[in-house]
Amino acid sequence: MYGNDFAASGGELLDQVADAERELRAAADRSVRGGSDEETYFTELVAADQKIEPRDWMPDGYRKTLIRQIAQHAHSEIIGMQPEANWLTRAPTLKRKAILLAKVQDEAGHGLYLYAAAETLGVSRDTLYDLLLAGRQKYSSIFNYPTLSWADVGAIGWLVDGAAIVNQVPLCRCSYGPYARAMIRICKEESFHQRQGYEILYTLAHGTPGQKEMAQDAVDRWWYPSLAMFGPPDTDSTHSAQSMAWKIKRFSNDDLRQRFVDMCAQQATVLGLTIPDPDLRWNPDRGAYDYTAPDYAELMEVIRGNGPCNRARMANRRAAHEDGAWVREAAAAYAAKHAAPAAPTAEAVHA
Amino acid sequence: MSGFEFVLGLGDDALVAAQRLAQWCARAPELEEDVALANIALDQLGAARLLLGYAGELEGEGRDEDALAYLRTDREYRNVLLVELPDRDFAVLMAKLLFLSAWQRLRYEDLAAGDDERLAGIAAKAVKESAYHLDHSALWTVRLGDGTDESHARMQRAVDEVWPYTHELLAEAPHLRANWLSTVDGVLAEATLRRPDDGWRPGGGRDGRHTEALSYLLAEMQVLHRAYPGARW
Ligand SMILES: [Fe+2]
Ligand SMILES: [Fe+2]
Repeated sequence: MYGNDFAASGGELLDQVADAERELRAAADRSVRGGSDEETYFTELVAADQKIEPRDWMPDGYRKTLIRQIAQHAHSEIIGMQPEANWLTRAPTLKRKAILLAKVQDEAGHGLYLYAAAETLGVSRDTLYDLLLAGRQKYSSIFNYPTLSWADVGAIGWLVDGAAIVNQVPLCRCSYGPYARAMIRICKEESFHQRQGYEILYTLAHGTPGQKEMAQDAVDRWWYPSLAMFGPPDTDSTHSAQSMAWKIKRFSNDDLRQRFVDMCAQQATVLGLTIPDPDLRWNPDRGAYDYTAPDYAELMEVIRGNGPCNRARMANRRAAHEDGAWVREAAAAYAAKHAAPAAPTAEAVHA
Repeated sequence: MSGFEFVLGLGDDALVAAQRLAQWCARAPELEEDVALANIALDQLGAARLLLGYAGELEGEGRDEDALAYLRTDREYRNVLLVELPDRDFAVLMAKLLFLSAWQRLRYEDLAAGDDERLAGIAAKAVKESAYHLDHSALWTVRLGDGTDESHARMQRAVDEVWPYTHELLAEAPHLRANWLSTVDGVLAEATLRRPDDGWRPGGGRDGRHTEALSYLLAEMQVLHRAYPGARW
C-alpha cells in the first residue's frame, strides 16, 4: 500500500519535529548563568542550544538575518496561496475541493504565525507587507510558476510542500525561540499537505491514460523548480556560514537538496511516475541518489523577477491589499469610535 | 415539493455559497479574514456535501454528491438567487452572508427539531456553524456601517442591492420571518444602516430560473469534472 510507504519517510520527519519540541522544553528548564557581558551571554546561550527570546540581547546581524528569513518565509506562505487557490473553484470533486480549501487556509494561518514571529523582532506586519509590495523582500521563487492543470495541485503538495518540510524540519531547532515554535506548529500541518498532494498524484497516475499524462506533465514541470527551492549550491551560498554559526540554519543547501531527492526518488516509484532526470540513479558508494542539478541561471532569472508569474502574483497581492484598504480603514475607524471613552480633553470641556 | 427537491434546494444554497466564498481566497482585505472566509466556505461546503448526499439517497437513482454537483445544468439547480449573486465588493459579500446565515440558522434550528432524523442530524451540526457565520457577518456589517463615510455608503448600497433577494428566502418559511427580521433589524440598527423598503421581489431559483450569473459559476466549477467523464479523482 502506498500509504505505508509514504508514512515511512513522512513519519521520520515528524519524529524529528517531536524531538525538536522536546528539546525546546528541555532548553527552557536549563539555565545558563549570565557571563560578563551581553554578547558573551548570547554566545553561551547559542552554544548551549538554548533559545534566544525576544527580550534577550542579540547582535544586529542576527536580528536582521532572522527578520529577512522569517519575512521571506511568511511572504511565501501568502503568495503561495495563489497558485493553489487558482484551482479551488474548479476542483474535480467536492471532497477534493474541501481538502484543498483546508490546505490553503492552513497556508494563510502559517503566514499569520510567521508574521507574528517576525513582529517579536520589532518589525510590524504592515512594514513587511510594504517591503514585499515594493519588491524589497522576496518570497520563494517556486510560486512564480503557473498551475496549469489539476495535477499541478498534486505536484505542489508532493514536491513543493515536500521540499518545504525538508527545509523546515531543521528550523524547528532554530536558536530563535519564537521562530522555532512557529516552525513546530507549521511542520505538523505540512505533512498533511504533502500527503494530500501525493494522494492526488497517486489517484491520477492510476486513473485514465489522460489523467496519468496530466500527472506526469505536472511532475515534469515542477521537479527542477522544486530542487531550486533549496537555493544556490553551497559553493555560491552567501549567507550560509554565519547562519550555521548562529544555529539559525543547521544543514547546507546541498545537504537538504540531497535529502529531498532521496525521499522523492523512492516515492516516485510507488507513484508510478517518472522523475524527469535521466541521470537519477542510486549511488551505493555515497549511499544516496546521484541527480542532475537544477538550472541555477533560471533560478536567478526568476529571483530577478522574470519568472512566468512574478508580475501576476505581485499584481494580485497588490490588488487585494488596495481593494481591502477601505475595509481596514473602516475597522480602524470603528474601533477608535468604540474604544473606551478617554477623559475629556480641554477642548471638549470648553466646547 | 418532494423531500428530494427540498433537501436539494438546501444543499444547493450551501454549495453555491461555498463556491462564491472560495473565490475570495487569497484576496481578502486582511490575512485574518482569509482564514475566516475559508473557514466559512468549508462549513458551507461540508453542509452541502451532507445535504446533496442525502438528496441523492432520497431520489434513489444512484446520484451521489458529485453527480448532483457537477452534472446538473443551471436550470436543474435549486438554490435561491441570493447565494449566486456576484460579490462586487466585500460589503456585498457581507450583506449576502448576513442575510443568508441569519436565515440558515433559523432554518437549521427548525429542521434539527424535525421528524426527519437524517436531516435533523445534518441540521444540528450546521446550526452551530450558521451561528458563527452570523456573528462574523454581523460584526463586519456593523464595522463597515459604522466605520468611515466610504464604508457606510458601500455597506448601505450593498444592503439595498441584496435586500430584494431576501424575499425568496423568507417566502418558503413564512413562520420564520418575524424572527429573521428582528435579528437583521438589530444588526442594521447597530450598523447605523437603513432597512430598505420592500418592493421588487425577484425569485425563481427553487424552480431552476436563475440569474445570468449561475451558468458562469457552474461552468467554472464543473469544467474539469465534465472534461473527464467517469474519471476518479
Ligand atoms: Fe505552509
Ligand atoms: Fe503547505
